[in-house]
Amino acid sequence: MDATTKSEPTHMKNRTTVERKSERELVVTRTINGPVRLVFEAWTKPELFRQWWVPKSLGMSLLSCEMDVRVGGRYRLEFAHGDSQLAFFGTYREVTPHSRLVWTNEESDEGPVTTVTFAEKGGKTLLVMHELYPSKEALDAAGTGAADAMAETFEQLDELLVTLAASSGRRET
Amino acid sequence: MVQYAQARLDHAFAALSDATRRGVLERLGRSDASITDLAEKFHMTLTGMKKHVGVLEQAGLVTTEKIGRVRTCTLGPRRLEQETAWLERYRQLWDARFDELDKVVNELKRKEKTDGRNDKE
Repeated sequence: MDATTKSEPTHMKNRTTVERKSERELVVTRTINGPVRLVFEAWTKPELFRQWWVPKSLGMSLLSCEMDVRVGGRYRLEFAHGDSQLAFFGTYREVTPHSRLVWTNEESDEGPVTTVTFAEKGGKTLLVMHELYPSKEALDAAGTGAADAMAETFEQLDELLVTLAASSGRRET
Repeated sequence: MVQYAQARLDHAFAALSDATRRGVLERLGRSDASITDLAEKFHMTLTGMKKHVGVLEQAGLVTTEKIGRVRTCTLGPRRLEQETAWLERYRQLWDARFDELDKVVNELKRKEKTDGRNDKE
């Protein structure tokens, strides 16, 4: 045992913030407990990227992940969500090691341009993810958009069905 | 309570059973629109569209407001709350994602440390 293993500081969970900066922009920030070199690696190597991009709570699984991380290189992610499949793809516009990644989201005409900046401070990395949508409508649609509205509607219906099933069960007994 | 819920459910199902009304919801998901806009978009008479919007309104899926001579339709009775709820869901997604990223980076740190030590040995 050497000195470096002595009481690792307890990893406090870092806060993730999301802010709508303007009609067309969303900004997500988070500090990651590690040097920028490793954080950047985790964003740019597919075998690492696929380990974290699809958290279990998303209810999706990643079928394939191809990333050609260089300016003009393309990426493609394919997901299974229930019985359906979804693909996300686009092009890397800027790749500046350990500091900046910019890519397009081309699965729809209304997809944003995503910029991620990496800044190291005291062995930790501050990530700022900025999404610029082509229009206010595109960002609105991404948020309270069609699929979402329908999903919410059906969620509400589901809830009602559960409530009704419960109360009709009670009535029968 | 049950009757109230039942009535709401009937309205909602009835409202969603029609392809045009589902289309209207989808359209309003992108932005607010006047009944005239909607009638044009769905190649319908004003009266026909008014009926559809009325059904959606009764089900609480759409609200309308008359400003001057134009009746504007908005998705849902609580659109603002929905937007806030969406931002929060989005935050939760990124939070979960970044928690996983933290784990991956931690693992990389650990490996580097072990590899470094092995090199020395």
